[in-house]
Amino acid sequence: MATAKRKPKRRRKQRACVTPKRRARAKRAALESYTPGAEAAARRRKRARRKCRPKKRKRRAVRRPTPILQPVPPPPRPATPGPLSSPLAIYGGTFGVRQAERLLWRAGFGPSPGHAQALASLGLHGAVRSLTRPAGAAVLTGATPHDSDDSPLYPEDAWGHDHLWFLDRMVRTNQPLVERMALLWHDWFATSTAAVEQRHMMVQNQTFRTNALGSFHTLVRAMTTDPAMILWLNQNENSRWNPNENYAREVMELFTLGADRGAYTEDDVRELARSLTGWTNSWSAELGTHDFRFAANRHDANPKTVFGRTGTWDWEDACRLCVEHPLHSSFLVGKLWSYFIPTPPSDSDRSKLEQLYRSTGYQVRPLVEAILLHPQLYGGPRMVKPPIIALAGWLRALRRPIDTSAWVWLADGTGQRLFMPPNVAGWDDDRWLDTSTLRARWEMASYAVGDRELAGAAMDEYDETETPQQAVAKARAFWGDPPLTGETVTSLTAFATDCLPGSMSGWQRHTYRAIRQNALRVLIATCPDLQTS
Amino acid sequence: MAPRVTKPNAAEIAACSCGGYSRSRLLRHAAGAAIPGAGLPAIEAGMPLPAGTGMSRRSFLSRTAGLAMAVYGAGALGIDALDAGIAAAAEAPDQPVLVSVFLDGGADSLSMLAPTGHARYTQLRPTLALGLGEDGAAELGPQLSEDTSLQWHSALNPLATLHAEGKVSVLPAIGYTDANQSHFTSRHFWEVGATDPFARLGWLGRYLDQHGSADNPLQGLSLGYDLSPSLASGSVPVAAMSRPEEYDFWAPGVWGPVETAMLDSIGNLGELPTGDAGLAYARGAAAATGRLREQVAPFQSGYTTPPGVTYPTGSSFSDRLRALAAMLGAGLPLRCVAINGAGGYDTHSNQEDSLPQNLTVTAGSLLAFQRDLEARGLADRVLTLVWSEFGRRPDENGSGTDHGAAGTAFLIGSAVRGTMIGEFPGIAANDLDDDDNLRATSDYRGLYRALLEQWFAVDAASVIPGASGFTAPELLKP
Repeated sequence: MATAKRKPKRRRKQRACVTPKRRARAKRAALESYTPGAEAAARRRKRARRKCRPKKRKRRAVRRPTPILQPVPPPPRPATPGPLSSPLAIYGGTFGVRQAERLLWRAGFGPSPGHAQALASLGLHGAVRSLTRPAGAAVLTGATPHDSDDSPLYPEDAWGHDHLWFLDRMVRTNQPLVERMALLWHDWFATSTAAVEQRHMMVQNQTFRTNALGSFHTLVRAMTTDPAMILWLNQNENSRWNPNENYAREVMELFTLGADRGAYTEDDVRELARSLTGWTNSWSAELGTHDFRFAANRHDANPKTVFGRTGTWDWEDACRLCVEHPLHSSFLVGKLWSYFIPTPPSDSDRSKLEQLYRSTGYQVRPLVEAILLHPQLYGGPRMVKPPIIALAGWLRALRRPIDTSAWVWLADGTGQRLFMPPNVAGWDDDRWLDTSTLRARWEMASYAVGDRELAGAAMDEYDETETPQQAVAKARAFWGDPPLTGETVTSLTAFATDCLPGSMSGWQRHTYRAIRQNALRVLIATCPDLQTS
Repeated sequence: MAPRVTKPNAAEIAACSCGGYSRSRLLRHAAGAAIPGAGLPAIEAGMPLPAGTGMSRRSFLSRTAGLAMAVYGAGALGIDALDAGIAAAAEAPDQPVLVSVFLDGGADSLSMLAPTGHARYTQLRPTLALGLGEDGAAELGPQLSEDTSLQWHSALNPLATLHAEGKVSVLPAIGYTDANQSHFTSRHFWEVGATDPFARLGWLGRYLDQHGSADNPLQGLSLGYDLSPSLASGSVPVAAMSRPEEYDFWAPGVWGPVETAMLDSIGNLGELPTGDAGLAYARGAAAATGRLREQVAPFQSGYTTPPGVTYPTGSSFSDRLRALAAMLGAGLPLRCVAINGAGGYDTHSNQEDSLPQNLTVTAGSLLAFQRDLEARGLADRVLTLVWSEFGRRPDENGSGTDHGAAGTAFLIGSAVRGTMIGEFPGIAANDLDDDDNLRATSDYRGLYRALLEQWFAVDAASVIPGASGFTAPELLKP
């Protein structure tokens, strides 16, 4: 960090706000940040690590006179028409707007205005194909993002800009599944800026995007040689003299095989660690960590026995041994499925997917297509939207560009700060909602609508005859008419009825109705119905 | 309803890493909230108010909080619920409270209580042995009176002080046989109170299911951004909050009677019935949020700490303990509280840099918490358990230590016996287990059994599977 030589202005600003007190706070913050490589962060404290937190918790977003309405990203177009194939059952019911919406939430970030209708018109196969096989390069539509100081984003080194940069892609891309897969792999190979410079994280993020729907074997190899991962799991300290087991354990437990399945023993951990020895990097005050490389003299060239197979294994063998392991395909299929569908696949579906995965040489795209075509996605229970997906969806629906840094600290409370997964196992998709994270979603929703609050003249001139039903309908339209259950509409209508005093004076009749509209917008965005898809 | 924990499908479990289940996110989320007062809203002028007094929105909000009893107390459900909770606590003045403090990442027991009296210590720890580092002898605290071959890390001197007062019981080698060296698995075992990767309810959650209340989410409280898996319950509500003074809800351009109704709607939208599992989970969280908001409303205006009690500053762990003492002092019906200790303990490298600082903050905060409780007259009612998912390997790896087996735990409180539980197993080559790790001399399930039987005075068998098979140590003063 703080290698922003190209940005003298920003750097000056940052330096100015690093008071001794702030530095002490940043130090403590670093200390209190757990990661399996937090010690590395402590080491890097010695390098000028300048974090300037913006003032937190402004009560309200700065009101802008007119909110900028972002152009809608064009929906993805299928590269070539025609049905997709899947060894599993394919959904045969109606594929209308509601189904397209669910698909867009599960395989993207929710619909932009008109997006679900466009997708529905393609039919199921066309819709899935448009997501899994988008034509050409991704197009980002609309205003370029900026932070609260109107500065362009410097995701490689400015505090929080990494989060804003990725969020912006989620909001503006016309290839939502590619971004969604990049997020999925970020969770799968969870690495954090708590111990890794942001610039390395951005390189890793691009690797996820490039390999979004490709070969998993290639991805594992790319992660094993990825600077961010090497730093994160101490591979640069794994030498033949002092084997460090961190990466060896996690590559099996979390990335390829899974714990407690009998896939590997503690001896395998130690032997695989030896196989993975040899990586190192250089460091200088000027460049930070750089020149990540395999150094043969650090590698333990003696024979190792991994999964009962003996050889002079190196890192490439280690990757291969893991994906060739008989328990790898079941691990991968089950975990990949769980990102899209909350109920597990049947045993027969699982084994067909495993077969598909192996027969295609560890390709991910065919698996994702089979999952997105599956009846369980459309007919099964709802799934909780991860908080960053919910936010990206709100911004897409509102056509709001990235124009504030508030999303960064708000994300902390919701439990999903990008590039800062809680630990090497990634985010826990079973526990997105509780009394604490739900409050943070509420606060995030308040910021999302903050730039179009009804106030001043809009309040004074508000329709003083608006009925509760009209109020609810208007607030739903504000969010692009998302699906709400009947009971939620009834409850919202009861609120819209009961919230107004029985008798109101002249100014109250329009003012309270405008306030009611402000309240309904946040209540709808945060209601349980819309935390799920 | 609390977030419901659904039963997993066996295939799902088999397919996913254990890490995907039953673990909470960690304290890092809180790093940004570590600044005292950061949660308090800034004053912003110009918000029009019905009374037309020209008061700012900020002061309006804080007055709402301060007046919450009066304004909402006129008939709002929130205060009824709070009153009911306080009344329940008042009816049972001896209600015991257990605070579970988790040292995340596997804290190095051989540095917390260093075996300086063991010949092999400096051999296993040529660079990390206490006394050898940059700080030299300053790293060494007093010897442990029950076993003088062990010496406190000076960063834990606050605990040594409490130990000298008979308020700390030390468990120098707690764990279980065949220790799992995965963070997530071992932590999960501790959280569910069984070496069962399939268990989905926390051991404290199961206790609350059987002996807790159907409508008091404060009975199981995580002080953090996420619910601690130890508290995951099957049928009763539990809660998570970062700090009580942060638990407010606002929406731009919403005030007056509409705001009151809007706040009630948060919980109302969660009370709606549904047959969809995903939606039921989301609504359960919303309903619990609505109830919690009503209960903590009086804290929106802040709280005081007794004179003479000083907490470390700049640490969210310390801030949360301070808030916890205030909540207990106010009579809020808390029973089981889970919180992460300061910092992370997965010291694969640069252990000498991070460990002492994290231990200093953690121990200093725990001492202040005990003093706070003593000043409030609550010290006999509260027991604090400090634990970690495992210890670290005796043989260092150069600049750090890899995952090990048995670890160190502490029980803190005026009521504890204050003597060592289980002996130190030694670090000679034949003292260690097959993986060259420290052997456990006490089992964590035996400790849980003892806490349930002796502290909560309930039958442990229905909470801890096979409880009778584990020896329960004597925890409390006679």
